Amino acid sequence: MPYSEKVLAHVQNPHNVGGLDKSDPSVGTGGVGTPESGLMVKIQIKADPTTRRIVAARFKVFGCSAAIACGSLLTDRVQDRALDQARQIQSAQIAAELELSADRFYCAEQAIQALQAALRDWEEKQTHQACSATG
Amino acid sequence: MIRTPIYFDNNATTPTDPRVVEAMLPYFTERFGNAASRTHKLGWEAEAAVENARALLARAIGADPTEIVFTSGATESDNLALKGVAEAYAGKGSHLITAQTEHKAILDSCKHLEKRGFRVTYLKPRPDGLIDLEELADTITEQTLLVSIMHANNEIGVLQDVAAIGHLCHEQGVLFHTDASQSLGKVPIDVQKMQIDLASFTAHKLYGPKGIGALYVRRRDPQVRLAIQMDGGGHERGFRSGTLNVTGIVGFGKAAQICQEEMETERRRLTFLRDKLKNGLRSALSDVTINGHETQRLPGNLNLSFAGVESDSLMARLSDVALSSGSACNSGEVTPSYVLKAISLPDALALSAVRFGLGRFNTEEEVDYVIGRCVEAVNGLRELSPLGER
Repeated sequence: MPYSEKVLAHVQNPHNVGGLDKSDPSVGTGGVGTPESGLMVKIQIKADPTTRRIVAARFKVFGCSAAIACGSLLTDRVQDRALDQARQIQSAQIAAELELSADRFYCAEQAIQALQAALRDWEEKQTHQACSATG
Repeated sequence: MIRTPIYFDNNATTPTDPRVVEAMLPYFTERFGNAASRTHKLGWEAEAAVENARALLARAIGADPTEIVFTSGATESDNLALKGVAEAYAGKGSHLITAQTEHKAILDSCKHLEKRGFRVTYLKPRPDGLIDLEELADTITEQTLLVSIMHANNEIGVLQDVAAIGHLCHEQGVLFHTDASQSLGKVPIDVQKMQIDLASFTAHKLYGPKGIGALYVRRRDPQVRLAIQMDGGGHERGFRSGTLNVTGIVGFGKAAQICQEEMETERRRLTFLRDKLKNGLRSALSDVTINGHETQRLPGNLNLSFAGVESDSLMARLSDVALSSGSACNSGEVTPSYVLKAISLPDALALSAVRFGLGRFNTEEEVDYVIGRCVEAVNGLRELSPLGER
């Protein structure tokens, strides 16, 4: 199926590929999908607990070209952003920016879900940290 | 110097051989007659050209020229064979047998017949893609009219033992149809030795033009009857009305002739290139699965799964190589190829399958280039893959 030049450029040269240390308390990890469904997205963010800004973001994808482009672009977008700003990114923005066809919107939705899960994981870790500190 | 894009999708279609184009050209302009025009030289010339092509195609499969019916392609031939037999012999039985790995032209014709009261058995092949002959024998009943099993599969290239299937069918008094679109001109076909009653062909898979095909219809031992699917002027002995596609037929005949003459050398050359590609990729990469029987397959076909790499992303990375995969994407759901599912490949591997289809115009240099590009792309995408992570 035809992809936009933007998607193809991300596939040839994806940004922010890889992983961050999952055990690091300032790293949040989120993953969605299964290999059988043909789409798995994993997104990790590292944020400074004092400034609440994202200092690094990484992704991994098993999936189509659109999914790779979504992971690549989304991790670009959250880098150096405040956590609250990152939380507000919509899948439609990503889909529009990559000129995805309607049958690929779900790739953007899955990437956003993985990001949301990573943000939740980060917050949970912070709460846990705070509890352990006070407890 | 490698010229890109490199075309490794010869199971989808092939470029028309320049020798074929050359043979066709006069029939567009100077010799444009209608093959059915009996009243002047232009008509006679066109008819002679059609009959010459018919003879060339018949010779390529060991048939009599009067057993060749020209159609618009293999899809029409498949429809004519299945619906034609089912309707013509409806009083004699109501059961057909085919395989789950057949082309949609067969499967959808079967579904059409099921709606009209016929019963169809869809055999599940073994994991190597081959039909279990004992299972086939056990499936034939007194109601069985026709067995339709393709010669070479379009995705995994597996070559069925059509001679054994043909003999089995004839022992049981059942008609045997084979879709030989992928195999004509690539491997020997002999309708007598293989006991084939009906066979579908299309020119564009063997370096001929698109839009022209044929159906072989046996005339004796047994004589096959078909219910007509296209009414009209009674062309093609009444089997298929419609003004003959003279240029296409001329091209088809020439394409079949060239394939026949060059078959043995081309078969060896493509097997060598295919194996070089396979060995090159498998020695450089881990977890590469061959889909379908490793040797009993079309010379130019290789279907591989690269674990952890989704095929769509691999093909996008290899943007200068034309490849294909059997999977389809529909709004949020990626469906693996039904052929790969039928041979019991797990979904994740089926979604990682890529078909390499080598043909007449591919070179060893291109194979070397594709190995290099593919290894690089698979390694890159595996770095990106969350599969296998803990």
